[in-house]
Amino acid sequence: MSISERLSGNEAIAHAMRQINPGVFAAFPITPSTEIPQYFAQYVADGVVDTEYVPVESEHSSMSTCMGAQAAGVRAITATSSAGLAFMYEVLYVAASARLPITLACVNRTLTGPININNDHSDSMGARDSGWIQIYAENNQEAYDNYLQAMRIAETPNVRLPIMICQDGFITSHAVENILLEEDAAVKAFVGEYHPENYLLKQENPLAVGPYDTCPYCMEHKVQQAEAMKHARQAVLDVAADFEKTFGRKYGFFEEYRMEDAEVALLLIGSTAGTAKACVETLRAQGVKAGLIKLRVFRPFPAQELAAALAHVKVVAVMDKSEGNSACGGPLYAETLSACYDLPTRPLMINVVYGLAGRDCAVEDIERVYRHLLRIEQTGVTGEKYLHMGQRSNVQEVL
Amino acid sequence: MIRKAKDINEQTPWQEMTVGGEICEGGTARLTITGEWRSDVPVWEQDKCKQCLLCAPFCPDSSIPVTAGKREEFDFDHCKGCGICWKVCPFQAIRMEKEEKA
Repeated sequence: MSISERLSGNEAIAHAMRQINPGVFAAFPITPSTEIPQYFAQYVADGVVDTEYVPVESEHSSMSTCMGAQAAGVRAITATSSAGLAFMYEVLYVAASARLPITLACVNRTLTGPININNDHSDSMGARDSGWIQIYAENNQEAYDNYLQAMRIAETPNVRLPIMICQDGFITSHAVENILLEEDAAVKAFVGEYHPENYLLKQENPLAVGPYDTCPYCMEHKVQQAEAMKHARQAVLDVAADFEKTFGRKYGFFEEYRMEDAEVALLLIGSTAGTAKACVETLRAQGVKAGLIKLRVFRPFPAQELAAALAHVKVVAVMDKSEGNSACGGPLYAETLSACYDLPTRPLMINVVYGLAGRDCAVEDIERVYRHLLRIEQTGVTGEKYLHMGQRSNVQEVL
Repeated sequence: MIRKAKDINEQTPWQEMTVGGEICEGGTARLTITGEWRSDVPVWEQDKCKQCLLCAPFCPDSSIPVTAGKREEFDFDHCKGCGICWKVCPFQAIRMEKEEKA
């Protein structure tokens, strides 16, 4: 039986961590993820988990600690945000290439600078090529559910990659919402125990992890890693199917909202989906065929599925909550354009960079994007494709 | 998948290599002939050697084998010619020469 509760996103993640009872938690605080190690420290103090809680002196060290622990043969976890994730950058790649299925709770916050503590996705988008699986949540429920699925995806034998479970800083991490929690025993049964084939503390099988890889061998290991990310696609779907069977909540690569006959659609990641759904309902009531896709899994990128879901739409706005500084659009836009290239008929597509460093995005803002898409649909003229929304300006901006 | 380091070589396809380059046994540094890096080579002058054994523990590459309390000829597969043995020998029983590459 599910248990009705009211929790913030950070509380939900800490609750899931307690239920899973991992081997090692490497802890270093940074806003807005600080509460996760804080709540977990209380579980350790209360003796309700067996976890070795390691307070370290930096995020570079927390990820290094996770690597050592996971290589030794236990589940290792950590939580971080923003500059903390950036400080892990070097070790993120090492963890992925050493094929250690570490779980990181990423509470998305903008990357400095200018220094700011509020939400956007620039931190985890900066780590998008690091070889980590990335799953994003719309709300506390999804953050909790994604976390319960994380380890089974990451530890799948033909995957063995680290995984980031992302939620929007403050918007999700600190807002208290209704949530359905699962019973401890049911969670433990679903997540299962960690039984790696080889690990450092397996006495009968000496092991070296992460050795120097010379030129004749290194590319082969990188190809293995790329292949593992392809395998992660099926693992995400398999674990989601079992999750639905066990707990009744359905997940996939993305959620399609009123997409069946949509003529104009938004593609976005995270908590803005709630705002956009409200807008879709308003527009639908006025007869506008508006739809929404909320991307859940960014790595591996579900290119074919996304292209298929967008194929029938006339005009699409890809909403990026991070600035790619490419001078031609954000990372989600670039990948979605690329995904749609092979379609025989493609939707017209624009990019809207919004919500940077916590800039609010209200239903009216989303409606302005849909109205702009309708204008494009009517005129057939896309105009400027790389737009920003929400900034003050002394000229009339498109949005 | 091939497990033993000695069976993995520059012809091994990626599908058959260990995941993430894991090495599933100990002592595999022996298989890599690092002596090829050498530009200077130590020469052991046995007539001057008193078998004090100071050179062996100073060697950073464990390339001076000791058997039954006596040092033996250098392990030139792994000696990199750093000259530390030459520096520490109290009896000038080791001299350094330029490596003659074939």
